[in-house]
Amino acid sequence: MRSDRSSAPLGLKIAAAAGLAFLHLPLLLIFVYAFTTEERSYQWPPPGLTLQWFAVTWNRPDVWQALGLSLKVAAISTVIAMILGTLCAAAVSRTKFFGRETISLLVILPIALPGIITGIALRSAFNLADIPFSTWTIILGHATFCVVVVYNNAVARFRRVSGSLVEASMDLGADGFQTFRHVILPNIGTALVAGGMLAFALSFDEVIVTTFTAGQQQTLPIWMLEELVRPRQRPVTNVVAMVVVLVTLLPILAAYYLTRDGDQIAGSGK
Amino acid sequence: MSLAQSSAILPERGGVRGSLSDTVWRKPTLLLLLMLAPPVLWLGIVYLGSLFALLLQSFFSIDEFSGLINREFTFKTYGELLRPSNIDIIVRTVSMAAMVTLAAAVVAFPIAYFAARYARGKWKALFYLGVMLPLWSSYLVKVYAWKLILAKEGILTWLFAKLHLTWLIEAWLSLPIVGGNSLSVSFTGTFVVFVYVWLPFMILPVQAALERVPQNLVEASSDLGATPAQTFRNVLFPLALPGIVAGSIFTFSLTLGDYIIPQIVGTSHLFIGQAVYAHQGTAGNIPLAAAFTVVPIVVMGFYLWGAKRMGAFNAL
Repeated sequence: MRSDRSSAPLGLKIAAAAGLAFLHLPLLLIFVYAFTTEERSYQWPPPGLTLQWFAVTWNRPDVWQALGLSLKVAAISTVIAMILGTLCAAAVSRTKFFGRETISLLVILPIALPGIITGIALRSAFNLADIPFSTWTIILGHATFCVVVVYNNAVARFRRVSGSLVEASMDLGADGFQTFRHVILPNIGTALVAGGMLAFALSFDEVIVTTFTAGQQQTLPIWMLEELVRPRQRPVTNVVAMVVVLVTLLPILAAYYLTRDGDQIAGSGK
Repeated sequence: MSLAQSSAILPERGGVRGSLSDTVWRKPTLLLLLMLAPPVLWLGIVYLGSLFALLLQSFFSIDEFSGLINREFTFKTYGELLRPSNIDIIVRTVSMAAMVTLAAAVVAFPIAYFAARYARGKWKALFYLGVMLPLWSSYLVKVYAWKLILAKEGILTWLFAKLHLTWLIEAWLSLPIVGGNSLSVSFTGTFVVFVYVWLPFMILPVQAALERVPQNLVEASSDLGATPAQTFRNVLFPLALPGIVAGSIFTFSLTLGDYIIPQIVGTSHLFIGQAVYAHQGTAGNIPLAAAFTVVPIVVMGFYLWGAKRMGAFNAL
């Protein structure tokens, strides 16, 4: 049909392929290092391959504790972000009102300004208000910047759901709750789940804001950060890095499959 | 419970749930307020509230002898911010952000252009995932991967040795400013890691902008005798520019605020983020840390203002 489109200039092909390779090879390297027998340096090529570090990591209580805290924080933040983000998206997309643009800006701001600003702002606020650090201070920060991810996904979907569906449902005698349960929710469901998964992934590996709101607690990224600054147990870090890649990979792939029909903008505004 | 109704209007619904549902349907503004209140209250109190608290603290000052924070309004901290050593930090960070942004644009363009114009069907999905996966993978793991790559005993040194190009690395490392003891403790290393970590943020908006360029514009340009280079300069580039600017908002802002990358892969010279972190942490000088964060806010304010004038927000 359009045969002229099928062939790209060789230079462009090479540049694009090289760019993609640049994006992916470093991540693949992580997988190799998880199996290396070398424990004192980052030697390449690995002198030998072994599975022992998986067993060592499995028996480390500090890793499990950090993982547990990370999962807990991510789960609670995701729930809060899903509620707030959906409400905000519903309000912004259903009606035009004064200050609508300001609300969108307010939602996007926590992710548009550098994370360190959000972090230190929260910390100084906790300081001024004498709030001690706890799991909840971490969640407070995470939920704040996760709202935007859910919001973006939900807004994109609400735009495609026709308002007349809601009116028809009400005309047929459903009350507001029934309409929400049987008409709105099935239509926006996948977008919400996708947004929630991205929010989970975002919260699970957030470190910049967390360093300011965690106090002495260790989430998995904080545990990794300490290992990066002062490497003490490189093999365990290698294994943890690989696991983190896998744990964040799954929700992203799932979110992609849930939103791929139509709106490609899912999560584009991380 | 419902009273007899003779009109065509449905009877009122009974119960708390029914009347609630009816009230909300009759007064859409009430519903709107109910929906908006939780997110606006959350973001307003938690986020704007703390931003305001931070801004407020930048007008406090620290007593140099006792180390206590003096809660009186003063510009003293901003005076401290303008010391030459701090200006150095600001200049260093802003120029790094500018270079990272430029490099990211150059690397991103071919990927975005190929994905927008030539990739179809499966390839398109592959390209999309190929950008989304690195975008969403763990930031720390990405930095860690580069620590492995750039380490003296790491894969890059090995690769260059195999290619008999070790002299090239050594020549580069002996240069002033960009050089250093090894790649992992040089500005070159910091730069490469920054470009790597923020690259997907540049690809997505550029691709979105290029998708909107009609194919026949490019064809018309070459029909009229333009070389590919001329077509790029006079047709493609101006149309892609809003996308590049939109992407640069992310690359620029993220570089300005980052304190982990220069700490893990870099020299001992500080960046704004590290200065903020150091001042609020060990030094306990929250006012100066707060004043430091005002710098990226102001820089980004101007940047966003300029970007808006170029129409970059439509490309987001």
